[in-house]
Amino acid sequence: MALIAENPKKASLATRFSSLMFRRPRLLLFLLLAPPLLWLGIFYLGSLFLLVIQSFYRVDDFSGVVIREFSLETYKTLFTPANMEVVYRTAAMAAIVTLASALIAFPLAYYMARYAKGRMRSLLYLAVLVPLWSSYLVRIYSWKLILANEGVLNWILQTIGLSGVRDWLLDLPVIGGPSLSFSYLGMFFVFVYIWLPYMILPINAALERVPRSLIEASSDLGAKPGYTFRKVIFPLAFPGVVAGSIFTFSLTLGDYIIPTVIGNSSFFIGPAVNSLQGTSGNVPLAAAFTIVPMVIMGIYLLVARRLGAFDAL
Amino acid sequence: MHSRAEVTSERASWGLRLAALAAIIFLHFPIAIIALYAFNTEERTYQFPPPGLTLKWFGELTRRTDFWQSLGMSLQVALVATLVALILGTLTAAAIYRSSFFGKEAISLLVILPIALPGIVTGIALRSGINTLDLDFSFWTIVVGHATFCIVTVYNNVVARLRRTAYSQIEASMDLGATSFQTLRYVVLPNIATSLLAGGMLAFALSFDEVIVTTFTSGTQQQTLPIWMLGQLTRPRDRPVTNVAALVVIAITFVPILLAYRFTQEAAE
Repeated sequence: MALIAENPKKASLATRFSSLMFRRPRLLLFLLLAPPLLWLGIFYLGSLFLLVIQSFYRVDDFSGVVIREFSLETYKTLFTPANMEVVYRTAAMAAIVTLASALIAFPLAYYMARYAKGRMRSLLYLAVLVPLWSSYLVRIYSWKLILANEGVLNWILQTIGLSGVRDWLLDLPVIGGPSLSFSYLGMFFVFVYIWLPYMILPINAALERVPRSLIEASSDLGAKPGYTFRKVIFPLAFPGVVAGSIFTFSLTLGDYIIPTVIGNSSFFIGPAVNSLQGTSGNVPLAAAFTIVPMVIMGIYLLVARRLGAFDAL
Repeated sequence: MHSRAEVTSERASWGLRLAALAAIIFLHFPIAIIALYAFNTEERTYQFPPPGLTLKWFGELTRRTDFWQSLGMSLQVALVATLVALILGTLTAAAIYRSSFFGKEAISLLVILPIALPGIVTGIALRSGINTLDLDFSFWTIVVGHATFCIVTVYNNVVARLRRTAYSQIEASMDLGATSFQTLRYVVLPNIATSLLAGGMLAFALSFDEVIVTTFTSGTQQQTLPIWMLGQLTRPRDRPVTNVAALVVIAITFVPILLAYRFTQEAAE
């Protein structure tokens, strides 16, 4: 600084700008934040705001034209039993997928955090990351191959003599259907498969933060391993489970590719929104439908924060 | 130390090992199936086991111009979107990591929001935004959508690295008479270089694979690879070509994932 003060004329533009930034950190902060805030704060938030506004417009029943006046008409349509059924169906699927993901993810995350060492550990970590980042569509497509009538899953079931179990499951009401790829059961497999890594990683992170000294103390005080797990390890890992459930629940709620490609083509929120804004041209109702997952996730996030999930992210 | 050695040498029960192994198999079996079916001689069904293996569909794919055009489009979109995300994500990280100001929490939430909300919400919102601004759906509207949800990967990587970097290095550089630009060039950038690479790779992979937002922000002329793939999925014709394309797509995304993983691991060690 002293140097600049001595030769004010010699200081280049860069130097003067530099020292200005050093003396005025708030100005620097403003300059740094202006581009991302213009992009996200104005364009993105603005778009979201427009979407909310549109849900208060309505479509004229006869002409099919969007009437740009405030009305609650569209929400009245949203809350009709037929549309609410779509919401319940999607939420139920999201809940079951979340539960199953947690059950499958926990043992793997637990093994990775407590028993895997060195090379094995990085290998397992990579084994979770590769499916997570691999093509989402290709992974869905692979299940078309697996679930097909002549496909590998049916071949395996036949070879080990479990075709009867499959037929019994497909005969069940609700989850069943004509074949695996045209049933809720098949769709459920695909959802669990696609979102599973999102559950493994937060549980693993939470388990890795459990101090070994706590586990040692518990066993020193005479607790059996099972008791230590129930009373020490699981309660500390639970926020990780909740953090993972945010992803699996939210992603299932908003997905529209999986119910379109696999399943019995009954409506879920995603495909419903897509066809409302596309073929039916009912943008207000599509907008109102998107408010549903936003509200559900808003409530979910509030509860999750209570359960300490945000510290586990 | 004795008790610690005892704890670390304990072994997982058979039940736990089996459950972990089953989860790993569940995660990778479908990818193995994709790899197998790319060589399938059967054209019309998904019959298992495949009646024979062949390389002929790979040759078929090289002649499919629609595939290569959409691949080119995806690479261009991902490249530009990654560049935008690198700039905006780094700026946000630099602003957030050491200062405290009103609304700081809101800004970190804002960065995560495009990826936390379901893709269909972001997609429809951007579509109405673009319509309101009276813009044509084009290459650039796809880029805008992708950059919006890619910012978070860059931001997360860079902010984590900045928090680990000692601020005293920056102060030392300034004390020794370097300008802000020199400090940025010789101190800050070398420190965050690999986190920029890792964040950039992940942003690239995210953009390269995105389909939901893209369906709402692309025009009819622009087809990214996932949009092409979605067409193949919903209208099942030329299955063998789809099978090979699926394997090629998996192989392409594998490289940036491995690189990003290496960069983050090196930094952690």
